Amino acid sequence: MMEMPGRKLGVYICHCGGNISDYVNVERVADVVEGDPSVVTVKTNIFTCSDATQQDMIAEIQEKKLDGIVIASCSPKLHLNTFRAMAERAGLNPYQYTQVNIREQCSWAHTHSKDAATDKAIKLVRAGIARTGLSMPLKRLRVETTPAALVIGAGVAGLRAALALSDMGISVHMIERAGQPGGMISKWGKMFPNGKKGSEIIDSLIKKVRERENINLFTDANIIEKSGNVGKFSVKISVNSKETISLTVGGIIVATGFEPYIPKDGEFGFRLDGVITLPEYEELLAQSSGSFKYKGRDIKTVAYIYCVGSREHCKEDNPHLYCSRYCCTGAVHAAVCTGDLNPGVHQFHLFRDMRTYGKYEMLYDQALKQGSIFLRYEENEPPQVTSEDGRLKVKVKDRLTGGEEIEIKTDLVVLVTGMVPRANAPLVNVLKLPIGKDGFFNEIHPKLKPVETVIDGLFIAGAAQGPKTLSESVASSMAASAKVAALLLKGYIDLEPLVAKVDPDLCTWCGACEQTCPYGAVQRITCDGKEIAMINPVLCKGEGGCVPVCPQQAIGVEGYTNSQVEAMIDALAMEVA
Amino acid sequence: MTSSDSSNGGGPKILVFSTNNISDPGIDLAGSSHMNYPTSVQVISLPCSSGINPRWLLHALEAGFDGVFVAADGTDCAYLPDCTDRTAAVMQKAQDLIKERGLDPRRVKMAGICSVCSESFVSHMEKFNKALSELKT
Repeated sequence: MMEMPGRKLGVYICHCGGNISDYVNVERVADVVEGDPSVVTVKTNIFTCSDATQQDMIAEIQEKKLDGIVIASCSPKLHLNTFRAMAERAGLNPYQYTQVNIREQCSWAHTHSKDAATDKAIKLVRAGIARTGLSMPLKRLRVETTPAALVIGAGVAGLRAALALSDMGISVHMIERAGQPGGMISKWGKMFPNGKKGSEIIDSLIKKVRERENINLFTDANIIEKSGNVGKFSVKISVNSKETISLTVGGIIVATGFEPYIPKDGEFGFRLDGVITLPEYEELLAQSSGSFKYKGRDIKTVAYIYCVGSREHCKEDNPHLYCSRYCCTGAVHAAVCTGDLNPGVHQFHLFRDMRTYGKYEMLYDQALKQGSIFLRYEENEPPQVTSEDGRLKVKVKDRLTGGEEIEIKTDLVVLVTGMVPRANAPLVNVLKLPIGKDGFFNEIHPKLKPVETVIDGLFIAGAAQGPKTLSESVASSMAASAKVAALLLKGYIDLEPLVAKVDPDLCTWCGACEQTCPYGAVQRITCDGKEIAMINPVLCKGEGGCVPVCPQQAIGVEGYTNSQVEAMIDALAMEVA
Repeated sequence: MTSSDSSNGGGPKILVFSTNNISDPGIDLAGSSHMNYPTSVQVISLPCSSGINPRWLLHALEAGFDGVFVAADGTDCAYLPDCTDRTAAVMQKAQDLIKERGLDPRRVKMAGICSVCSESFVSHMEKFNKALSELKT
């Protein structure tokens, strides 16, 4: 292992409640690494991220004049920035801090072998010490930002985001693929909780958007090109497939919504006369007043079948495994609206698990009081829908009455369909949007970074990210707007200084790095009478594409230099004595 | 090459190079889902697989690792559209260096691991672990 004389490092090892210490002997890790010559203090903490522990660490950094710290805890995706900020508050350069992941990549992955997990944690912490021992203080790079945003999708999430951004003084360019703004809910009837119609909500939002001077709304519009980076993206928009508009924006919100699941022919009787999906039923309700008819026939009975296209564990062909989250509430709400319209309608709900969470429980209560009947079926014994003499018949085995087979003659069968991701390949391609396992756009973390993507400056909102109710969609669009505004209103962004750097002593200028860099970050300069490469830190993305092409080994990315990576490899390879 | 690893019943020691934005989250997800893989697998996370110095792979084998796995960005790379080709070139160079030293080029391996590819990561680790065990005998 490389000697690092003169370094004064602090090492903090986290129990994470028991998430780490149940599977890794953290005290032993502390004992072993304490012997490292560059380490002056080692502590274990129950929750290293707690305010109290951060205060203690700050005090110790200042008191012992530490010049580097290693925190072994969770994934850096969660707390790298937390602890960088803490280091800064303590007066320590935040880039002389290393987070070692001993939770996701150690304790949680090796829950059955505490000794082996402990040995692995020791090696990982040693590698963190080795890297930190070779760390240099770095300064962030400041770039100016453009106080304008692009919002993609003019449904409820996009419209609300545009207004929120406009309120905060950010100019908004909004593009909608369809000929009209409004999205999904513009066709729907009364929405929970305030009872306003979907069309009313959307109309009032569109009116406000059109009144704003700092919002440009383009319909029939698609994004065709994106370049630049956070704070200053250059985008090209195609409008009406003929005109191309170039824009500069600081941030982008993607709010492209969902598509309703369309059942296959024959799935729960789909395509039989009177078997319709929940969105179709919503439209029917929105259009009905006074009488309640379907194709001119009075509706006296409605049977809802839940979880159509959701939680499909028995289906083999391309199943949707996830819960679509909004559909239980949507169907129960539709039932309540039906009861309000015509209290005489008999309503049967054939569900698997009822998930009217939070205050949506009030809707369920209301449906029960109105006389809705709830029958529970198992996925492997789904309800059978048939048509006899122009009337629909649903047969179901009801678990709640011990598997009794019940037959319902009904006028309508409503298939309570979930949300599926929109097919949006060109958009995904232009923006390089990350996609999660269910096919929706993927956030960095569902709780800690719920609207952020791995691409700086690119945010997601609404049901494009996963099934959501109206209020959840709007909440996420507010979150994304707040994130964009926080990013752009300061007028500048401090970029990560973890970029490539040329060692002027080793470089002999061959031009290989200049050729390989797609960002034009490499320049040829003369330094002390010698031609060498110089990397512009603002243009460099820090991915290190130039590192392997340099024949002189003269390039390293800050934080990941040759000597740091090799020291980490040596530390990981060393056996625990 | 060290063959004794007390912590893993003598299993092969595998170094993984992951990437901060793409494959490391996938490896995190394997842990969050409590999928087990050998404890002799250790990960160094880097910005992008196209920035790996081929010499690091040789260095790892010479330092005592039995195999090096590059969990590449693949087509998900946010930096470079040709990341896969670049990483493949890195692997080619690494294999040449390894062969020059008389080592078996099968000790280095690359696969694209996406940010939710936890199952694929674990399966790669199990397969590589097995392949390296067979190389040893």
